[in-house]
Amino acid sequence: MGTRQYGRSTSHSEPGPGDAGRTGSWRVVRPVMDPSICIPAKRGTPACFICWLYCPDGVISRTVPPAIDYEYCKGCGICAEECPTKAITMVEEACFIQDKE
Amino acid sequence: MHIIESGNVAAALGVKLSRAQVIAAYPITPQTPLTEKLSEFIESGEMEAQYVPVESEHSAMAVCIASSSAGARAFTATSANGLLYMHEQIQWAAGARLPIVMCVVNRGVGAPWTIWNDHQDSISQRDTGWIQYYVNDHQQIIDGVIKAFMLAEEVMIPVMLCYDGYLLSHTYMPFEVPEASAVDAFLPPYKPAYALDPENPANLNTVTMPDVRLDAKGRLAHGYMEIRYLLQEDLIRTIDVMARIDESFRKHFGRGGSPYYETYQCEDAEFIAVSLGSLSYHLRDVVDMLRADGFKVGVMSVHLYRPFPAEAIADALAGSTGIVVFEKALSYGYQGALCSDIKSALYHKGVDGSRMPFVHNYILGLGGREIRTTDLCEAFRKSCTEGAAPTDELRWLGLKI
Repeated sequence: MGTRQYGRSTSHSEPGPGDAGRTGSWRVVRPVMDPSICIPAKRGTPACFICWLYCPDGVISRTVPPAIDYEYCKGCGICAEECPTKAITMVEEACFIQDKE
Repeated sequence: MHIIESGNVAAALGVKLSRAQVIAAYPITPQTPLTEKLSEFIESGEMEAQYVPVESEHSAMAVCIASSSAGARAFTATSANGLLYMHEQIQWAAGARLPIVMCVVNRGVGAPWTIWNDHQDSISQRDTGWIQYYVNDHQQIIDGVIKAFMLAEEVMIPVMLCYDGYLLSHTYMPFEVPEASAVDAFLPPYKPAYALDPENPANLNTVTMPDVRLDAKGRLAHGYMEIRYLLQEDLIRTIDVMARIDESFRKHFGRGGSPYYETYQCEDAEFIAVSLGSLSYHLRDVVDMLRADGFKVGVMSVHLYRPFPAEAIADALAGSTGIVVFEKALSYGYQGALCSDIKSALYHKGVDGSRMPFVHNYILGLGGREIRTTDLCEAFRKSCTEGAAPTDELRWLGLKI
């Protein structure tokens, strides 16, 4: 199936998840969250959510525990930088490729 | 109303009658009197539009892009180096599919600095995705502007209406100014399918991936290549749309009937001269002179240059013995761009074994070099008597080197 039915003849995007394409493929380092240190995950209550607040792409959910949407996360690392308990670590994508193999 | 005025005023009257809502332009010779006239119309309240004075042609096109994106009918005009300064935004307007109309008052480009007429400015913008329409007199300028808005808005592709600097822009000729009510009946207000809306924000033409993507609503959206394909597809469709609009204009105003090209004495012509703009009317005198000497000659003036109505042009030319393309522009390092396009259009006429006319190419009038009727006559006569040339030799007329 092609894009003939799209209904526009230009490039057009509106606010919403993924309207810039699957930007997760841009990522070279992946944020990985440790639930034993993350405040809402550890307490089991809605709290902190600083990662959700700072994520420029809105790919972290405001849930318990917070979830990261890797389809769109570009791997900028702001969440890891801002996390007050250092619960998020940036891990080389290459490690995950090796794991798959 | 029948009046005698300059070509630039004819264009300004066409823009006023078309009820353009935003004018953004930067003055450059020989376009200046056109935009001055528009600013007068707006200042005096004769025309309800916003005139945006800008600091450059690049900004003029940027303002047209913005206002057109917001749903306004936008117009600008320029010449020569001003057109070239717009080049990046010209490409943008086409890719963004905005129905902007721009008059290009043809002038040679620097270096060396020149203010006189040739076609190098608009020919150098041939491949930007705009529609290019060349007109030959004041009546065609005013009618052309009105038709250009209709065409642009129907296919959502911007239009350059090109006319010769000085030869048309600054000369005075009689022409008919249509009644405003008649133009309103022909050209409805611009109603875009999509216009920017602060209540529903959107990003237009941001980074677009090489591949297609699912958008936020889960629909498969175009990649860059699909968007460019649609521009080409709609440009090809424009050829038929132009004929339809020309016919509608003829019904409303009684003028028209030659949407793609205009011919003179071509019915039985063995040799046909081809050119763009007012030069083709100059060539009519040459045709009359050569006809008096017994040569079966005619002249074709190409109006619609992009999209190129290749099939119609090839059909009209294929039966002749020879074609002589007179051009005021050059694809440097090869030959005249119109000549290349005509040869390309004729190619499929040759492959089925039918006779192919020879094509000669004369470059003339660059930077306003005088084009003498006697020189045109001798050149055309030489092509008629010499016949096919063994090579693609480019011939220069009026060169004194």
